[in-house]
Amino acid sequence: MAYSEKVVDHFNNPRNMGSFKKDEEGVGTGIVGAPECGDVMKLQIKVQGDKIVDAKFKTFGCGSAIASSSLATEWMKGRTIEEAAKIKNTDIVQELNLPPVKIHCSVLAEDAIKAALNDYKKKAGESK
Amino acid sequence: MKFPLYLDNHATTPMDPRVLETMLPYFVEKFGNAASRNHAFGWEAEEAVEIARKQLARLIHADPKEIVFTSGATESDNLALKGVVEMYREKGDHIITCLTEHRAVLDTAKALETKRGIKVTYLPVDKTGLVSPDDVRRAITDKTILISIMLANNEIGTINPMKEIGKIAKEKGILLHCDATQGVGKIPVDVQEMGIDLMSFTAHKLYGPKGVGALYVRKKAPRVRIAPMIDGGGHERGMRSGTLPVPLIVGFGKACELCEQEMPTESVRLAKMRDHLQAGIMNSLEEVYLNGHPTQRLPHNLNISFAYVEGESLLMGVKEIALSSGSACTSATLEPSYVLRALGVGSDLAHSSIRFGLGRFNADEEIDYTIKRIIEIVTKLREMSPLYEMAKEGVDLKSVQWAVH
Ligand SMILES: Cc1ncc(COP(=O)(O)O)c(C=O)c1O
Repeated sequence: MAYSEKVVDHFNNPRNMGSFKKDEEGVGTGIVGAPECGDVMKLQIKVQGDKIVDAKFKTFGCGSAIASSSLATEWMKGRTIEEAAKIKNTDIVQELNLPPVKIHCSVLAEDAIKAALNDYKKKAGESK
Repeated sequence: MKFPLYLDNHATTPMDPRVLETMLPYFVEKFGNAASRNHAFGWEAEEAVEIARKQLARLIHADPKEIVFTSGATESDNLALKGVVEMYREKGDHIITCLTEHRAVLDTAKALETKRGIKVTYLPVDKTGLVSPDDVRRAITDKTILISIMLANNEIGTINPMKEIGKIAKEKGILLHCDATQGVGKIPVDVQEMGIDLMSFTAHKLYGPKGVGALYVRKKAPRVRIAPMIDGGGHERGMRSGTLPVPLIVGFGKACELCEQEMPTESVRLAKMRDHLQAGIMNSLEEVYLNGHPTQRLPHNLNISFAYVEGESLLMGVKEIALSSGSACTSATLEPSYVLRALGVGSDLAHSSIRFGLGRFNADEEIDYTIKRIIEIVTKLREMSPLYEMAKEGVDLKSVQWAVH
C-alpha cells in the first residue's frame, strides 16, 4: 500500500514529537490505544488561560497513526480548549488522505485529543 | 548497491537469468504441445518436460513419474488435501495438520471441514515453532486418513522434524503430506528418508518462474491415489488436466538443477550472512527478540521483534529495503501474524516483528547497510514511542490498564 505524501511527510518530519512533564502546571495528557492492538498514542497539551500554547505527541503505531497524532498536535496548538474539542477524525482522514483501513488511526487521534483535554480539565478543576 | 534492496525472499525470489535463458526457446521456436504425440513439435516439448521432471525428482530424491505439475504450491496443497479426502473418504474422515501452516493448507482444511464434514486437528507448536512428533502420534485416530505438516515455516523458518513424523505416519499407515515450499532447493529434502507421500513445492521460491509448481505423489510403498480437482484431457496421469506450460516447466527444472548444484555452498554463505545480520542488530539494540528456532531454521531466514516499535512503521522508515512484517496494521482484521501468535508471542511483539529473507542475489554490503539502517530507524522510532518512554521510566507495561479498542 502506498502512503499519501502528507503521511510520509509527517512520518519523516514529525511535528512536536516529545513529552511534557505530566505534573507540570497546565499540562493535560491523553494516552489511548493498547500495545496488543498495535497502536498507542500519547498527546499532551500545555494550556495558558484557555489557550493551548503548546502540544506534543509520542506514538507507537503505523505510519498513519504517527502522522495522525503529529497532525493533531499541529492543529491543537493556538486553539482554545473548546475549539480543539471540535477536531474530528474525519478532518484528519481528509487532510492525510487516509485509506479506509487506516481510519481507525484518525479515530484514535480524536480519542487522544479528547483524553488530553479531559485530563487538563480534571486537573484544572482539582486545583481550583 | 542497487536500490531498493530485496530482502523478502520468502515471498518470492527473483528469477535467475540462467533459468530465463533455458526458457526462452520454448516460447516462440519450440512452442509445441507436450501432449501432441504425432509430430516433432510435440516430441520436442515432451522431451523438455521430461528433462525438467527428472531435474525436480533428483532434487527431492523421487522418481520422475511421481511428479505432477501444477500452477503452484497453493494448487498442490489443495490437490493433496482435497484429492486424498475425495479418494479415501470411505476409510475415514479425520486429518491432522498444525496451526502454523500456510493459508493454502489451513483454508483448504477449513473448506473440507465445512463442505465435506471432515474433522481436522490443528496441532499446536512449541515456542520455537516446532510440531512435536508425539503430538502427531497422540492425535491419530482410526479415522485419520492424512497428516499434513509443513517442512519449513514461511515466516519464522522453523524446520519441522519430518523424519520423525514420517516414521509415525508409516508405522500407522497414514498418508503424510508436506508443504515443502520454503524448504525445497534451500535445504536437503529427501522424500524417502522423510517418509513423505505427497509434497508441495513451487518454482517461484527457488529462483524459477511464477505460475508453476509441483505435487510429489508417491508411486510405491504405498501407491498414493488422489482424485483430480481439474478434469479434462487426462494430463499428468489424470491427476491434473490441462496443457502443460512448457516454458515454465523448463524453467522450474533448470531452477531445481541450479539449487541442487549450489546448495552446499549457497546455504553456508546465506547462513553466515544471516548470522552476521542477526548479530549486527542484536548486539547493538536492546530488547530485540528472535522469533522461531535458534538453530533448526532455514539458513536464509531471520525473524525478530523490536520491542516498543510497530512493524509497519519500521518498514516505512526503511523504504529502500524490501522486508515484511508480522504486524497486521493493514490487514482487514487488524490481527497480527497467526504464526507468531501460535508460538505464544504476545500481540505487542507480534506487531513489532520483521522478517528478513536473504537470497542468492544478496551481497555482504547489502547486509551491512541493512544493519546500519535498522539500528537507525529502531532508535528513532523508540524515541517516538510512548511505550519505550514508559518502560524507561520503570512502568510495567503489562500492568497498565489499556483501553483495548
Ligand atoms: C509454505 C507455503 N505454502 C504455499 C505457498 C503458496 O505458493 P504459491 O505462491 O506457489 O501458490 C507459499 C507461498 O507463499 C508458502 O510459503
